[in-house]
Parts: sequence; structure tokens; C-alpha cells
Amino acid sequence: MTNLITIFLSMALINNFILVRFLGLCPFFGVSKKLSNALSMGVAVTLVMFIATVATWIINRYILIPFEVEYMHIVIYILVIASLVQIVEMAIKRTNLTLYNALGIYLPLITTNCAVLGITLINATEAYSLSESIACSLGGGIGFTLVLIMMSGIREKLEFADSPRSMKGLPVALLTAMLLGLTFLGFGGMI
Amino acid sequence: MDNALGMSVGVTFVLLGSNIIISAIRKIIPNIVRIPIFIVIIATFVTVVNLVFHAYVPALYESLGIYLPLIAVNCIILGRAEAYASKNPLLHSIADALGISIGFMLALLIIAFLRETLGTGSLSVFGVELFTLPILGEHPIAVFILPPGAFLLMGLLLALFRRLGVIKGD
Repeated sequence: MTNLITIFLSMALINNFILVRFLGLCPFFGVSKKLSNALSMGVAVTLVMFIATVATWIINRYILIPFEVEYMHIVIYILVIASLVQIVEMAIKRTNLTLYNALGIYLPLITTNCAVLGITLINATEAYSLSESIACSLGGGIGFTLVLIMMSGIREKLEFADSPRSMKGLPVALLTAMLLGLTFLGFGGMI
Repeated sequence: MDNALGMSVGVTFVLLGSNIIISAIRKIIPNIVRIPIFIVIIATFVTVVNLVFHAYVPALYESLGIYLPLIAVNCIILGRAEAYASKNPLLHSIADALGISIGFMLALLIIAFLRETLGTGSLSVFGVELFTLPILGEHPIAVFILPPGAFLLMGLLLALFRRLGVIKGD
């Protein structure tokens, strides 16, 4: 159990996907302008990460390893993630139309989110067990959502700040990410 | 610097390969399943790069770590496949791939050069030390090597390029 908590905290705070590993930067800068969108995106990514982790773990354990074709994992994982995103998209559309409309274009774009492929590759290289993989994916997803929400909260205020003309928009967002990253470095001493 | 060079070589190979293949078979790809086909072609080239790096430059492979397989979801490559290679003839697509790769490499090298020089006070490429700065060498600005340093440099460079008018703001 301690092991699982360690993995969870390490993925969520210490090795945060966005600020430390630079994964999922496109949605981080693209969707962090409004708080509500950031929250939907974070939830969608966490959901897909979790399902993709379980699916790829099973495929890795029972197909790739027994047949010794682990070198195929990039191709297989991408296909699995792409089809999962399609299924999740259809399922959400059928069950919860409001959520589906709120997520909009961001849902299909999760296929090419490096954070999702990243988490499955991390689980494969670290040879995590199923429970460890799940802790890892939930930690990664929640850390991603947390930073996305923090960033969107700051950016909503930044809109009204009087920053120099050439710094407006993305450059100032990058500097904000730096400050967030510096504070997250402080979590390094936790474990 | 080593990582930036290795990454650029990897991205160039994948972009060139996928652009060539996609451009060559662009007329027989059914429009409705084109994205999955692009992704499979790209992922195949990424697998090739991974195996080659693992076999011939294991040290580089180790230090690039997870980022090497993640070339597969690099937006640039799928973006060029969708926006250019799937609509244009072979030679044009090759030229496009080379141009984009050189731009990518330049951006990566500028950031890597500044981060390594400021963050360690010296610069070495593949084990050969090029120079050590007098004061920075003893007291390097370690934050540039850490992840936040990358955000800081990118933000400042972007603002600088905008100020100089090299790129347009949004």
C-alpha cells in the first residue's frame, strides 16, 4: 500500500507530467484559458489515461510479453489509445450529452496527447504490476488536472494584467509555468 | 546538446520517412480512415528509430528515455502528414519534411545551447568539451538545467522573437 501511495504522489506532484516531464503541453497551453474547459479536459485525460493503462497493461502482459514482441509496443499502444478514445467518445455521447458538448474537440485530440502514450510507456518500462500501473495513471492524471486548473485560474487573471505587448499571451504563460514549476520542485523532498 | 541533436535526427528521420510514404500512397488512402493510417505509418518509423538508437547509440537512447518513443505523438509529424504530404507530390513532400526538420532542429539547438551553457557554465558535444566560461563555470545558474529553466528560456525567447518581429504574436 505504501508503495502505491509513493507512486501516486511521485507521479502527481514530484514528477508532474506537465511541469517536470513536459508531457501534454499542447492542451496545457491550449485549453488553460478558461477554468471550466481546463477542468473538463483534465477529467477527460485522466479518464482516458486510466482506461488506456488498464487496457495496455493487459495487452502487454498477456500478448506482447508471451510472444516476445515488446518492440511493437509503440504501434500497438497508439492503436489501442486511438480506438479507446473513439469508444469513450461514443459512450459519453450516448450517456451524457452535456459532458460531450462541454469536451467538444478536445476529446478526439486526446489520441495525440503525449501524456496518455507517455503513461502507458512509463508503465511498460517500469514493469509495474496492475495496481501500481493504476496508481501511476491516476497520479499522473490528477497531477495533470491539478496543474491545468491552477494554470487556468492564473491565466484568467493574467488577461487583465498590463504585460508588455511582446510578452502577452504565450510568453507570459510560459513564464507562469516556470514559476509553477519552481514551486513544484519543492515537492522533491517529500519522498 | 547531445540530446537535442539525437532528438533532431530522430524527428527528421520519422518526418522524412512518413512524408515520403504518405505522399506516395496518398491516392489510395481512403479519406475516412486516413488519420489511423497516418498514425500507424508514423509509429512504424518511430519503432525503427527506437531500435536503431537502442542498437547503435545506447547511451543516447538511455538519456532520451521516454521522449524517443513519444516522437510518435509529436504534433509536427501528424500535422505535416495531414496538412501537406497527403495533398502534395513526393518531391515537394520531401522538401517540406527537410525544411520543417531544419526549423525544428534550430529551435531545439538554440534552447539546448542556452540551457547547457547557462546551466553548467560549459558546453560539450558528444564528450568533446568545447568551452568553459570563466565565472559561470564555477557558479552555474542551475535553474536552467532544471525543468522550469526550459519554460523560462522558451518564454523569453518567444517574447524576444516577437519583439524583433521574427514571428508574429497571436
